[in-house]
Parts: sequence; structure tokens; C-alpha cells
Amino acid sequence: MSIVLLVYLIGDSIMKILDFSGYCIILFFNTLFYLKNIFSKRKEIVRQMYNAGIRTFIVVSIVAIFSGMILTLQSGIELKAYHLEEKVGNVLIATLTREMGPFTSAIILIASVGSAMAAELGTMKVSEEIDALEIMSISPVKFLVMPRLVALSIMMPVVTVYTNVLGCLGGAIVAKTHLNVSYDTFYIHILESLHFKAVYVGLLKSFVFGLIIATICCAQGLRAENGAMGVGKATRDSVVASFIMMLVVGYFITEIFYRGGL
Amino acid sequence: MIELKDVYKTFNRHVVLNRISLKIEKGETFVIIGMSGTGKTVTLKHICGLLDPDDGEVLIEGVKMNNSSESIRRGLRRKMGVVFQSGALINWLSVGDNIALPLREHKKYSEKEIGVRVDEKLKLLHLQSARDKMPAEISGGMKKRAGLARVLVRNPEIILYDEPTSGLDPVMSTHISELIVKMKEEFGVTSVVVTHDMNSAYHIADRIAVLYNGDIVQCDVPEKIRNSAIPFVRQFVSGSLTGPIDVE
Ligand SMILES: Nc1ncnc2c1ncn2[C@@H]1O[C@H](COP(=O)(O)OP(=O)(O)O)[C@@H](O)[C@H]1O
Ligand SMILES: [Mg+2]
Repeated sequence: MSIVLLVYLIGDSIMKILDFSGYCIILFFNTLFYLKNIFSKRKEIVRQMYNAGIRTFIVVSIVAIFSGMILTLQSGIELKAYHLEEKVGNVLIATLTREMGPFTSAIILIASVGSAMAAELGTMKVSEEIDALEIMSISPVKFLVMPRLVALSIMMPVVTVYTNVLGCLGGAIVAKTHLNVSYDTFYIHILESLHFKAVYVGLLKSFVFGLIIATICCAQGLRAENGAMGVGKATRDSVVASFIMMLVVGYFITEIFYRGGL
Repeated sequence: MIELKDVYKTFNRHVVLNRISLKIEKGETFVIIGMSGTGKTVTLKHICGLLDPDDGEVLIEGVKMNNSSESIRRGLRRKMGVVFQSGALINWLSVGDNIALPLREHKKYSEKEIGVRVDEKLKLLHLQSARDKMPAEISGGMKKRAGLARVLVRNPEIILYDEPTSGLDPVMSTHISELIVKMKEEFGVTSVVVTHDMNSAYHIADRIAVLYNGDIVQCDVPEKIRNSAIPFVRQFVSGSLTGPIDVE
């Protein structure tokens, strides 16, 4: 009996995941269609960019600096064993540009901006605001989703660059104080390993993360049901789904671009 | 003008509308009453095509609304407005911008024309002082009136009202009732009104339908409803504690 139940539960959740994925894909292409209205929605796009970029400024700064400090300290300790601690800059910039920059930025924006999108659209859904838009023949995709998708996919790479820069600053401080690497040495080694490909693949990743996160979070919001409880569920599910998709897609982008080495 | 034919609707096997049929004439004010959770809002959402029935048909001026394409729905909704229970204002737009929203999005009017039309509706609903306020800064009753203004600004031929007077003070609720009557008399608007407010219902209705357990138990002119022989209807309209409705 419990086996039957288990199979049923697994089957049910697979169906739900497929259903949601299908919805996301349709929503994404619908949103691309409404890119033709990008100019008339510029005010809303700027408002969303402000939400995504400026309002997360402090949190991004703190996380970026500490990520850089931790990475430098950890790899510095290891490198010191081989008397290679002045090369800590190479390790740091390679890690940041290729992986950690896009990754930490995405985590922060999922937690702060993506979850807020799901909660906002979810609240609008359960308080009949989305219905009201439909009745006025205003497409919720054009009015709500498109500006958010555009804003997040622009701001994600911007935040990533910012994270990388601040991460290096944090790293420089730790390198100087704990590893006795001068700022000049550190800086030279940063430049040495700052590869063009690492930068553009990292930024491409961020851009794709922006598209994924905005699509998933808006989809969760638009599908919210059952009042405030449903909004809570939509918000939680949007964070979990965005995080998983960000990791999976992140891996495949890495695989595609780094298959043949740097 | 509006016709529901054997509309059957369930949510997760729970039957909400059990084959209801009704026909609303052009220029009529049709009131739907019934207990909370019987499916009044669900009925309205069928009329405006936000929900599709499991079985049955919804016709607007003879055109089928349910299960039709998005473009047909848009066409039918062009002459339709819905006043939602809570006003359904967009919370990052001021009251004035909310009312202007349907006009701005469809770019049929100049900013000057939009301003004139918005001001006119603000005045009609006594909302001039709230023009530049945000939805979070105004009371529930004002939100509802702003929602109504946003509907009226499009000059619809059919207006659906979901509990337009609940949560309003008695004077304002009479004002809204008068407005519904005026829309009919001056502009020949067809209205479908869901309400709990029996005074308002008797005042505005040409006909009243009583919804109970997924069925329309009675549909008649206000006088007949007031003096109904059906026990449920008698209890409901008088608000009495004794009768077939189990208050427990
Ligand atoms: N989207 C929905 N999903 C599931 N159940 C719903 C939905 N909308 C309405 N219902 C159910 O339908 C019934 C009627 O709801 P409603 O029409 O809102 O009642 P009311 O007459 O108070 O307006 C309720 O039991 C409600 O739980
Ligand atoms: Mg209702």
C-alpha cells in the first residue's frame, strides 16, 4: 500500500514539474514576443532595474567583499605551503570571473529580487489584480513579466561585474594582512589571470541566469492560488526552482565553453 | 445580451455551479444574491471569461465566450467592465494613474483627453482628493470606488459588480446604488451585481436571482423575492436565524 502511495507521490510531483516547466517555456516565448513594446515600457523597466540593482547594493557589497576574503584566505593558506602565496590573485580572479561572481550574484538576486517578484505577482494574482488586467485587455505578460525579465537580465551581469570587483578588493585586503602579499603584486597577478573568455562566459552565464530567474519567479507568481498561503508557497517554490535551474544551466554553460580548456 | 446555458463548474470535484441557466436582457440590472462561498464570484468570472465551465455555454450577444480564442475574448471584453471586490488597483500607480491605465495602455487618446476623462470620473465618485495618493494610502471603500472609476472611464456597455457596496458606509453605499441606476437610465448599461446588501438589491434590481447550493432557487422581480414562498429565500432576505440555513 505504501509503495503505491510512494509511486503515486513521485508520479504526481513529476507531473507537476513537467507542467510548470511547460508553463515557464511558454511564458518565456510570450515574453520575447512582447519585447516589441520595450520602448513604451521603459519607465517600468528602469523601476525594475532600480529594484534589482540599487536596492540590493548593500547586501551585494557585503557578500562580494566577504566572498573575496574567504576565497583568498582559504586558497592563500594552501598556496603558502608551496610558497606560492603571491599567486593567490590568479586563483581568486579565475574563480570569481568563471564561477563565483555569477553564482553569488545569482544567489543574492534570487533571494532578494526573484522572491519579491514571485510574492508581488502572487499577491496581485490572489487579489484579482491580474484578472482586472485581463479584463482591460492589458496582457500581464507585457505589463508585468516583460519589464521584469528585461531588467533582471540586464542587471544580473552588472551586479556580477560589481561582485567581481569588490571580491578582488576584499581579496587584496586579506592578501596584504594575512599573507603578506603587497597590493602591487596582488594586482599584477589579478591582471595575469584575467582572461577575456572567462569574463565573457561569466557574463553570458549571468545574463542567462537573469532570464531564468525572472521567468521562473514570474511564473510562480502568476500561478499562485489560495490567498496568502498560496503566495507563500509560490515564493518558496520560486526560490528553490530558480536555485536548482541556475546550478544545472550553469554547469552546462561551463561544459559547452570549457570543454576544450580555456 | 448575456446568456448562461446549463453552466456546470467544479473545483477539485466540488460542484460549485450545478447547471445554472440565466438570460439577462440589454439594459437590465440583474442582481445575484446568495450566501458567501456559493459561487457568486465564480458566476461573474464565467460571464467575463476568466473561468470556463466544465460543461454548458456562456453567450455574450450570441457570441460564445467560453473556450474561445484569446482574440474573441478580447473582443467581447472590450465592451465589458468588472468592478472587483477589493478594487484590484495596481499598487505602484497612483489612483489617477490607475484610472488612466486602460486608456494609456491602448493609446487611443491623447494625454489631455485622458486627463479630462479621469477628472470627470474622479469627480463622479468623490475621489478628487485621492487623485495623487497611492492605493496603500486610501481606505478600502475608496479603493473600491477607484476600481469603479477605472471601469467607468472605458464607457463599457456591460458592467459586472462584485459586492460593490460591502465595506462602504451607508451614505456611500446609497451613492453607489444610485450610480448603478444612473448608468442604466442614462447610458443604457447592462449590469450584473453580486451583493449581500438587500436594501441596495431591492433598490437597483430589475430582477434578482437567488443562488443556493449551486442552483438558482428563485429568479424574479424584487417584489416577488421580498415576499417569496421559498423557505430558504425567505430566511436569507430577512436575515432570520430560523429556517433551512444551518448557521452552525
Ligand atoms: N480558483 C478556485 N480554485 C478552487 N476553488 C475555488 C476557486 N474559486 C472559487 N472556488 C470555490 O468556489 C466556491 C465559490 O466561491 P465564490 O464564487 O468566490 O463564492 P462567493 O459566492 O462568496 O463569491 C468556494 O467554495 C470557493 O472555495
Ligand atoms: Mg465573492
